[in-house]
Amino acid sequence: METVATAVEREPRTYLNVDHTLKSWLLTEDHKRIGILYLIVITIFFAIGGLFAALIRIELTTPAGDLVESSVYNRLFTGHGIIMVFFFLIPSIPASLGNFLIPLMIGAKDVAFPKLNLLSWYLYVIGGSMALTAIIYGGIDTGWTFYVPFSTGYASGMVMLTLVGIFINGFSSILTGLNFMVTIHRMRAPGMTWFRLPLFIWSLYSTSLIQVLATPVVAVTLLLAALERGLHIGIFDPALGGDPVLFQHLFWFYSHPAVYIMILPAMGVTSEIISTFSKKEPFGYSFIALSSLAIAVFGFIVWGHHLFVSSQSVYAGMVFSILSYLVAIPSAIKVFNWVSTMYKGSVELTTPMLYGIGFIGLFTIGGLTGLFLASMGMDVHLTDTYFVIAHFHYIMVGGAIMGFMGGLHFWWPKITGKLYSETWARLSAIIIFLGFNLTFFPQFILGYMGMPRRYHVYAPEFQVFNVLSSAGASVLGLGYALPLVYFLWSIFFGKKAPANPWGATGLEWQIQSPPLPENFEITPVITEAPYHYAPSEEVVHVG
Amino acid sequence: MASHSVTLRHHFENAEQQKDASTIGMWMFLVTEIMFFGGLFMAYIAYRGAYPEAFAAGSEKLNIVYGTINTLVLICSSLTMAMAVHSAAVGKKKMIVLFLILTLILGGVFLGIKAVEYHDKYVGHEIPGVNFHPEIDGHPNVAVQNVSLYFALYFGMTGLHAMHMIVGVGMISFLIFKASRGAYTAEWHTPVELFGLYWHFVDIVWIFLFPLLYLIDLHQGR
Ligand SMILES: [Cu+2]
Repeated sequence: METVATAVEREPRTYLNVDHTLKSWLLTEDHKRIGILYLIVITIFFAIGGLFAALIRIELTTPAGDLVESSVYNRLFTGHGIIMVFFFLIPSIPASLGNFLIPLMIGAKDVAFPKLNLLSWYLYVIGGSMALTAIIYGGIDTGWTFYVPFSTGYASGMVMLTLVGIFINGFSSILTGLNFMVTIHRMRAPGMTWFRLPLFIWSLYSTSLIQVLATPVVAVTLLLAALERGLHIGIFDPALGGDPVLFQHLFWFYSHPAVYIMILPAMGVTSEIISTFSKKEPFGYSFIALSSLAIAVFGFIVWGHHLFVSSQSVYAGMVFSILSYLVAIPSAIKVFNWVSTMYKGSVELTTPMLYGIGFIGLFTIGGLTGLFLASMGMDVHLTDTYFVIAHFHYIMVGGAIMGFMGGLHFWWPKITGKLYSETWARLSAIIIFLGFNLTFFPQFILGYMGMPRRYHVYAPEFQVFNVLSSAGASVLGLGYALPLVYFLWSIFFGKKAPANPWGATGLEWQIQSPPLPENFEITPVITEAPYHYAPSEEVVHVG
Repeated sequence: MASHSVTLRHHFENAEQQKDASTIGMWMFLVTEIMFFGGLFMAYIAYRGAYPEAFAAGSEKLNIVYGTINTLVLICSSLTMAMAVHSAAVGKKKMIVLFLILTLILGGVFLGIKAVEYHDKYVGHEIPGVNFHPEIDGHPNVAVQNVSLYFALYFGMTGLHAMHMIVGVGMISFLIFKASRGAYTAEWHTPVELFGLYWHFVDIVWIFLFPLLYLIDLHQGR
């Protein structure tokens, strides 16, 4: 595509410079701009959720409850959980990077329903604002899980408003998933067969499947909880014959798969990064692709591992325990395949690659400690301790956020057309990795020693590890602050990014950076697999 | 590709792709709806299993005549809706409007009868909450609060269903407006077709709700 090379010098038309007005952003139907709208709001929520986390870690530096009272502490961890889970992690990679990349990767002009895509963003913003309002004015002390009958009968604060906010946000998630699935089914370019799809697309397809099938269930569950709180219909109230455990079943029917909404896209990002920077096609492409689907499907039948101590029958517990072990198989397939991809590849330790490798290590630890919790006997000892906290932070922060950061660094030149400082970026990747481990590894030990979660006063013998954890959190905070600075710097002062700075073979790298508003000058025709490093350095010809 | 009177949205390659995408999208939306109602059906299964007699006692308080009429009304409305889609497919523009109006009327009749039923429940103190005092003297072994669970599910499930009907009535009014201006042709009538899918789905939900809520233990001659 020679025309692009010459056009670069003369400020080519891009999706960013076609129109600069605020209206052109707020009413845009361009999937790339909507991706950026998401990115901005997600970042804000991440910062607020992080602020709550910082206050929690400061409080826990000493065994006494000296910074905040217990009622405020309850509001801190609840706010942290709700914001991070529902308003940061769930939309993070799919809604921002996924929105930006799906049409580019499959050779489409846009997603199937652009107006619906914009509506999803507004629903997200409305739901998020409602929850944020509730958290700031009065707060909520139920924990992010809203367990009944506490949340419906006894909890103070604006539980109702939060539930409605999450309910609305749920529809944003459902509609995004629906949009992506239809897009991947019907908008692929000629020749883009299912097994020529990039692995990131496979992971997002699996993610969307969960969003579409699981989110409605949590929506109706939270609606029932809201009705119970508002009208005392008795559906979850044991005094009226209702069963609180039913809430837990329905809640985890969504919220276990929700973890895969967070981790699957990160796995997809990692697959792209590992292949690109090993200059090798992914080892066992179809295994990685289909293991994403397998994780999505298995994810629906393991929720009972959250109810081992909630009066669930021991036989049900055994079945859920075994099924939970099964999830380890497709997860391990991915880890083995990533490592095999790097084996004898020409590995280049760029920033995205550092995040990719970091992801593999942290996800493995998070996954393996998940097996501890899936075994019933062990879980009885570890339930509601810091072991659980450490485990799911290894998955959600060590896994999902590392994937998000990796993806952001990988596609930043494509999104903005600018290069960031590789030195600073590598430094921050290393700081994040070290800070993360220092924050959360001590929590495994704390949990094993028996420190319970959700208390702000603890026994003095736990202090050493808590201080280590809080120290790690400040390192981690620094690590997250750096990208904010150098990314913003790159937008204004960064060098112009070429179309393909990494020498990658994916379709999105064969078009200009930043892309045209309509993505492709003419619809590309795909003739080979997305990864073709080994046999030749050929490039897909587009346009 | 033959030229159509439709506006092909810019991001689609051709009209066929556009129609395919919309159709799959609607089917997926209906799947999410099944999951949405599914949570309530799960609650129903759990509580009917736990309190079978209370559910029977609650079910007895419903008016089977109203329920049966409403079932027939909805089945007829599905027929008229199918006729509307068919008329669209063969390009009979006036018939589309006629059948859509018939469907709208039947939907309205359903909602009207439902409103009467809800009013009866209100009068009979059968709405869960502070004023819940249903007449269940025939069931000495049944606890009132368990009957309240039945009615909570009754209002939850039929209420959610009725909301879907109301949304449907709103959409159908829009379709009638467009159809009366001749917007739908044999080549392009996707909105009518997709709305048909939605309407049939809402009907099918009622087909499940009717026996589950109205006909409990009827065979035992209550
Ligand atoms: Cu789980």
